[in-house]
Amino acid sequence: MITLSHFLVLAALLFSISVAGIFLNRKNVIVLLMCIELMLLSVNINFIAFAFFLQDLAGQVFVFFILTVAAAEAAIGLAILVLLFRNRGTINVQDLDAMKG
Amino acid sequence: MTFELFLFYVFGAILLGAALAMITVRNPVHAALFLVLCFFTAAAIWLLAEAEFLAIVLVLVYVGAVMVLFLFVVMMLDINVEQLREGFTEYLPAGLVVAAAMATVLTLVITRFITMDPPERAGPEYANTLELGRILYTDYVYPFEIAAVILLVAIIAAIALTMRRRPGTKAIDPSVQMKVRRGDRIRLVSMESTPRERKKKKGD
Repeated sequence: MITLSHFLVLAALLFSISVAGIFLNRKNVIVLLMCIELMLLSVNINFIAFAFFLQDLAGQVFVFFILTVAAAEAAIGLAILVLLFRNRGTINVQDLDAMKG
Repeated sequence: MTFELFLFYVFGAILLGAALAMITVRNPVHAALFLVLCFFTAAAIWLLAEAEFLAIVLVLVYVGAVMVLFLFVVMMLDINVEQLREGFTEYLPAGLVVAAAMATVLTLVITRFITMDPPERAGPEYANTLELGRILYTDYVYPFEIAAVILLVAIIAAIALTMRRRPGTKAIDPSVQMKVRRGDRIRLVSMESTPRERKKKKGD
């Protein structure tokens, strides 16, 4: 029998892996965006699991809206990335220091 | 171990393995393909949790649209992979420590404090899509419309960001075409009508 903690542990491990991915690939903006997608997926697994175990469809509706916003975010993020590459010729995070921070 | 649990373990193992491969492979194209595998297995796990509609949406929207967009961008940009990989081993210990700490703490909390009895499986007469649509178009109709507006804004933003006018392109600008007046194209010259020698033309 699948219990709630099975789902939650799986989502927690997936979230940890994507955090590690952000650490490892901190120079490559594309892989950073992919790691963010993976994080959103792990959060969605939590929502789906709770929607099933509480027998409440509100969780699934929330996942629906997260998917919408994530798709919009990916589209705009990749558009910015293309613009960045066109103007600077690189997507290395270390070269993006025009504003100095 | 029931068959459901067996399926859960199989898909969960593939999901975690694909995620690990995604963050460690050298080539961004391979990373995108491993992410596609992650989405497929996650959709299978969602099916086990009776979220059939969202599982199909995940495959259609994410694998079909978002990941194809990612692959387009990865292939469109000429990326120097070697340059982007430097510092990988340097950040490896920090990343591993943080991830392991997070995973340990989260797992401890989840397994120690959260227990919930699994509900009864829904029968064959239960339609997930129908139920989801019923509350999406009644209770959540206002957020649903806001989501539509968000998508519209994303479309406009993506187009506005990436559109540019290349010099030397032969494309016609319709607004310039519309603004053309007769005076711009035709010049009327008043000439004296002096009789002069004409060449003989046919039919003249």
